[in-house]
Amino acid sequence: MSNLKVTTPSDREIAMSRTFDAPRQLVWDAHTKPELVKRWLLGPPGWSMPVCRIDLRVGGAYRYEWRSDKDGSTMAMGGVYREIKAPERIVSTEKFDDPWYEGEAVDTLVLTEQGGKTTLTTTVRYASQATRDAVLKSGMTGGVEQSYDRLADVLASLGR
Amino acid sequence: MQATHRLDAVFAALADPTRRAILARLAAGERSVMELAQPFDMSQPAVSKHLKVLERAGLISGARDRQRRPRKLEPKPLAAATRWLERYRRLWEGNYQRLDALLEELKAKERP
Repeated sequence: MSNLKVTTPSDREIAMSRTFDAPRQLVWDAHTKPELVKRWLLGPPGWSMPVCRIDLRVGGAYRYEWRSDKDGSTMAMGGVYREIKAPERIVSTEKFDDPWYEGEAVDTLVLTEQGGKTTLTTTVRYASQATRDAVLKSGMTGGVEQSYDRLADVLASLGR
Repeated sequence: MQATHRLDAVFAALADPTRRAILARLAAGERSVMELAQPFDMSQPAVSKHLKVLERAGLISGARDRQRRPRKLEPKPLAAATRWLERYRRLWEGNYQRLDALLEELKAKERP
């Protein structure tokens, strides 16, 4: 189901929404069980996630570490859970070890189920607009230049 | 305007749903302020305010005669902004396609 939408709902936020053909509990598990998270939350091709620790309780910490199989470079981030309402809502902080943006961001994950399908909405709220824009410009990865000529598509989606 | 400041202005302009709707209408062709105000429950001055924000971001042009002259879409700044969004989207789409595959596997396991 390829229908990921990325929007900027306010000057400090990036939001994404996508529907999965699976019940909510499974999507929840895939976000909260380390052995499952490690299998998909990998970023660009050629990266793996050797470390994934999740202490799923309010005030508990999580930590993700990624590694490039090509050149061995690493990237890591972590944060603390602020709100947990299984299987529908998680609010957590996020901060990278080598942050290319200022301050701590706050992530809100919301899962809703309808007819056996689950819609995920995740909103990241950054410390400032400059920070949010820096993240968008980085594409989260840096250097993943993609050719594109999709203005018409984007405009069409703006109209929806 | 510096490229990064311009981009900031574009994202700020796009953050508002009314302004996105105005852009979408302009994508279909030039429109006057009056035509743009019609579908919204909004006064012309209110619409003009939104148009000013879009103009400052360089997203639209055609403001010299504010009442009569139609506005038109300027694709370049929007293209720069959407390029960042698109790059971000692709990264996550890669993650979510892996998640699709994982969910299929989990569903299969749950079946008796």
